[in-house]
Amino acid sequence: MTLALEIDDVAKRYGGFEALRGVSLQVREGEFFGLLGPNGAGKTTLISIIAGLARATRGRVSVMGHDVVDDYRAARKALGVVPQELVFDPFFTVREMLRFTSGYYGLRRNDDWIDELLANLDLTAKADANTRTLSGGMKRRMLIAQALVHRPPVIVLDEPTAGVDVGLRQTLWAFIRRLNREGHTIVLTTHYLEEAQELCERIAMLKQGQIVALDRTSALLRQFSGGRLLVKLASGELPPALAPICTPDEVVPGRLSLRVDSYDRLEPILAALRVAGCVIEEMELLHTDLEDVFVRIMRDSN
Amino acid sequence: MQGFKTFLYKELLRFWKVAMQTVAGPVLTSLLYLLVFSHVLENRVTVFENVNYTSFLVPGLVMMSVLQNAFANASSSLIQSKVTGNIVFVLLPPLSHWELFAGYVAAAMVRGLVVGGGVFLVTAWFADLSFAHPLWIVVFAVLGSAILGTIGLVAGIWAEKFDQIAAFQNFIVMPATFLSGVFYSVQTLPDFWQAVSHLNPFFYMVDGFRYGFFGASDVEPMTSLVVMLCTLAIAAAGTLALMRSGYKLRH
Repeated sequence: MTLALEIDDVAKRYGGFEALRGVSLQVREGEFFGLLGPNGAGKTTLISIIAGLARATRGRVSVMGHDVVDDYRAARKALGVVPQELVFDPFFTVREMLRFTSGYYGLRRNDDWIDELLANLDLTAKADANTRTLSGGMKRRMLIAQALVHRPPVIVLDEPTAGVDVGLRQTLWAFIRRLNREGHTIVLTTHYLEEAQELCERIAMLKQGQIVALDRTSALLRQFSGGRLLVKLASGELPPALAPICTPDEVVPGRLSLRVDSYDRLEPILAALRVAGCVIEEMELLHTDLEDVFVRIMRDSN
Repeated sequence: MQGFKTFLYKELLRFWKVAMQTVAGPVLTSLLYLLVFSHVLENRVTVFENVNYTSFLVPGLVMMSVLQNAFANASSSLIQSKVTGNIVFVLLPPLSHWELFAGYVAAAMVRGLVVGGGVFLVTAWFADLSFAHPLWIVVFAVLGSAILGTIGLVAGIWAEKFDQIAAFQNFIVMPATFLSGVFYSVQTLPDFWQAVSHLNPFFYMVDGFRYGFFGASDVEPMTSLVVMLCTLAIAAAGTLALMRSGYKLRH
């Protein structure tokens, strides 16, 4: 089976700053892959290197088996990138831009597919509008249309839902899921971890230019089974034995969040509270989600 | 080839959509130069025998417009794309550095030649022009626009903000074209400034171009042609090497 993306020991240095320090990962054809990490972790740098917008200081990248430097034409033809920044060309209309982009990829008379893209992305009414006049959400969809105009087998989306309202987010994901079902490989970066948890089969987490986790989403979640126990005490003090697993709850002041690494730890925690004479006013058990996993991996990898 | 053709078409459409600013404006400016300078200097300055000052001025103004607009087109297109970020639209597709180079330079040449043609059409009425060597006229106009399109491309690659392009334009291109013998013959200058003028490649562009009209020039037209071909070869080779390396375009 061909690898959609093969990233081998990629490093990138900007002056004295090491944006990437030896990243290796592979994405199989047809996968829905998530690239997560805090701001400045190197996600966009990695995408830029895949797309040929930046050059790696060390290491190699290939898209569908084509090296992004030596065989850049084939590599770029196989790739569609939705950039993070909402860029547009104020000289041209939506349709003009999509025709130009088609031409850059060597395609002539691509209007049937352009019309289909416009319809799917709800831009048909704006086809002859100048791209400058589009709203933020429309500009985002326009960038997606431009990335798909040459029907690339591999699609990379760099924070496609940043600043996009809920309704549009649903539409976008429905469309991207359909592309994935039709065989396109999807690589996604996002700060919305619930989206990544729901969509991505596999996830890589980057921190300070290095991969700190790389696994199936389900395996990452299983790795940290259990969850968090939220309690609000009517009276009594938290016993010192529980202090190491306790973090103040960020949402409700006065509520405590206790880490439950596995469900059989639950009973001893409650027992410790009872023994210490605590009276529980409210209690809630949350299952591990990707956010917990993310926070824990980022903390543990220090 | 399709990629290059599309890119060139897009670059042409870009300036044509704002032709009032990119074509009509420069034509009017040159017309004003002609009206004012010829009014003041006609009958006071004689440069070549049997050529009055207005007629002498017209080819110079045409060439100056060709050069300045070729530079402006390539440099402004690239810096706008860089500053607004839409440069990714041409960096993501499989366009080679050759195709980008050729597209930017060819569009700059077309803009330069269209404006030059416009200036010629509106100023020729005031002059008594001859066309001694039409082929030289065309060759010098084409080469001049190619050289300035290439230099404009370099400026666009190097600059990171509009201010730097303006500096390049106002402190290098504008003085070099203005002092290239558009308004006077360098033979009328003191020896020192004549020697300085001969170091200015723009001088050969204007002088050779004018030779095509009047059959008279300050230096041999063949010398001018060789200087221009060398300038173009060096500028193009340097620019292609920069683009190949990804300098300031692919970080």
